[in-house]
Amino acid sequence: MPVVLLCNLIPVAITVGANKIVPTISIPYPLGDPSTPMSVQHKLRKHRVGVALDALTDDAKEQTVYRVKI
Amino acid sequence: MKKVIHYINQFFAGIGGEDMADQKPEIREGAVGPGLAFNGMLKNGQITHTIICGDNYMGSRTEEAVAEIFDLLKDIDYDMLIAGPAFQAGRYGVACGTICKAVAEEKHIPVITSMHSENPGVDMFKAFMPIFKGGDSAANMKKDVKAMAAYADKILAGEEGKSAEEEGYFGRGIRHQVWLDEPVTAADRGVDMLIRKLNNEPFQTELVIPRKDVVPIAEPIKDLSKAKIALVTTGGIVPVDNPDHIQSASATRWGRYKIDNMDRLQGGEFKTIHAGFDPAAADEDPNRIMPLDVMKEYLAEGKIGALHPYFYSTVGTGTTQREASRMGQEIYKCLEEDHVDGVLLVST
Repeated sequence: MPVVLLCNLIPVAITVGANKIVPTISIPYPLGDPSTPMSVQHKLRKHRVGVALDALTDDAKEQTVYRVKI
Repeated sequence: MKKVIHYINQFFAGIGGEDMADQKPEIREGAVGPGLAFNGMLKNGQITHTIICGDNYMGSRTEEAVAEIFDLLKDIDYDMLIAGPAFQAGRYGVACGTICKAVAEEKHIPVITSMHSENPGVDMFKAFMPIFKGGDSAANMKKDVKAMAAYADKILAGEEGKSAEEEGYFGRGIRHQVWLDEPVTAADRGVDMLIRKLNNEPFQTELVIPRKDVVPIAEPIKDLSKAKIALVTTGGIVPVDNPDHIQSASATRWGRYKIDNMDRLQGGEFKTIHAGFDPAAADEDPNRIMPLDVMKEYLAEGKIGALHPYFYSTVGTGTTQREASRMGQEIYKCLEEDHVDGVLLVST
């Protein structure tokens, strides 16, 4: 069962052996910066969760950190 | 008297807890907090200045934080950096390792820190500096400071340290040449080990190969539009009454909560009980940690076939790797029984 880890501290995720990693924007609010409008937060969240869903289908052969655009 | 710089986080500086974890680096003259204990014990050096930095600032804006700290130190002369002790505080441990590594590389001076063996900073940084084997909480402050100060005194006096094991820090994977009190050649030692191995007797290799705990990468999902996806978090999102009494730190419990009858998690109905960060943003809009709103949209758009009707949650701060691994296996078993095809795990 593939698992994608969405987290902020990428070096920690790599050290503990997570295989598929999507970066988030912070520790207290991984998927939406409260100082930005709700629409901006929603767009960011939808994008990063979308990247994570696509990563579930990726035939990765090694630990991979996926690229996010926003 | 040699000069020592001490690095601590916002909590040990007495500035505040998680609400102040975004604090930018600042410098103060003299010792602060745990630094007072160091200055009481150090014989060959004194802490002249203390650097204080919020753990989240160091964790999320690492390059800026390190650059700002070097800027604060640019006119100051010093012979050693001591960071922590960080105990089992994960972000603090990583912060201590980060600044120690940066200073060692830039200034070529000795650096030391201390952490509990479960701190993720140990595996990340133990190759780069002596990380003393510390206790799991600040109750061990005196003991941990004493071990670090004893070693620091030796190094400040220009003496050679002994092996990692004898000094009490995690091995850096550096091999030193040593003279045995009773000389035995490598060939003899090797054959002795082989004989012990053949006789099924215990033996200790002289070259320990560290192992990274990596699991095989699971087969990818072939068709996402037919797949059932589940959401899991270590960010402590629970119904506001926390019905499973999940602990806010060092968790040993997890819960699962029904989400098939809602389009998003509402603040006031769900909140975070995680004690490792400021909860304000997650309490206001729990979707910032548990992104149910966009998952429901992807479901409606047909990108995924189904969303598992529960999300799973626990708290990942001070949680031991052993407990985390047990909870992970228990959650996995439930997901497997419900024929889940893939998991998004959000951690904070």
